[in-house]
Amino acid sequence: MTTVEEAPVARGLPRLGEPAPDFEAVTTQGTVRLTDFRGSWLVLFSHPADFTPVCTTEFIGFAGIYQKLQERHTELLGLSVDSVYSHIAWLRNIEDKTGTHIPFPVIADLDKKVATAYGMLMPGESKTEASRCVFVIDPEGVLRAMIYYPLTTGRNMDEILRLVDALQVADKNKVATPANWRPGDKVIIPTPNTVELAAERSSQDFIKKTEGYDSVDWYLTKKSLAP
Amino acid sequence: MACISADGTLSASGRAMLVALERPATEEEVAGVTRLPLFRVRSGLRELVAAGLVSQQGGRFVATGPQSL
Repeated sequence: MTTVEEAPVARGLPRLGEPAPDFEAVTTQGTVRLTDFRGSWLVLFSHPADFTPVCTTEFIGFAGIYQKLQERHTELLGLSVDSVYSHIAWLRNIEDKTGTHIPFPVIADLDKKVATAYGMLMPGESKTEASRCVFVIDPEGVLRAMIYYPLTTGRNMDEILRLVDALQVADKNKVATPANWRPGDKVIIPTPNTVELAAERSSQDFIKKTEGYDSVDWYLTKKSLAP
Repeated sequence: MACISADGTLSASGRAMLVALERPATEEEVAGVTRLPLFRVRSGLRELVAAGLVSQQGGRFVATGPQSL
């Protein structure tokens, strides 16, 4: 008796700091490749299925931050394991029922190639739907951040904007951002990585020369960024 | 397809890109003229080149002829 083997489900996740998995995919705005977004930041997100309630609220939310993302040179790209015709019908239905136009493309990942490459499928949750994932990819195509939410929990759009802001501020200023950081808050300057630099950071001389710095200790010093 | 439908009809964005490409232009210049996002211009240019409506010369693209409109 022959048995039909199920296709292996890739459980691996992409890694931060490495090139985001390349793809070419059919979307509601034509066939796009990851490289088409080169030079812009990209927020790639997946949703479990079209015509479902939590996803609908999320799409309205993503449409709500679309302009703010554009101001941050950031494109949005959705994905689910649905056909492009289902996507089109759903996007038209959202606009018809709520008045919200969805301005960004949505990948129709029927063969699950993109979902598999990005580790969006969580068989423990669902064997047919992608989880609620967010990937922030920088202008060089490097994966910089990932967020994974379960099927039951809609994402926080403010946090996605905050994450993009934090990454862009960190890159531009060579700093890090503390917990609950918001644009305009103080940022963390790089921690000294030698005994000598740690001693300098602790010295009265450093404190005198760096008025406006908020230093808890040699390893935790914050400063304001120029407006 | 975003620029060309299955029956060969050009979409509005496809027509706008061809108009922008009456003279050689870069992807960025086409995006500026058409006000389309750069990713859509890149995707659309691939379609138009594959259909023979646009040719690429180095980093610039140009419509292959008025018949393409």
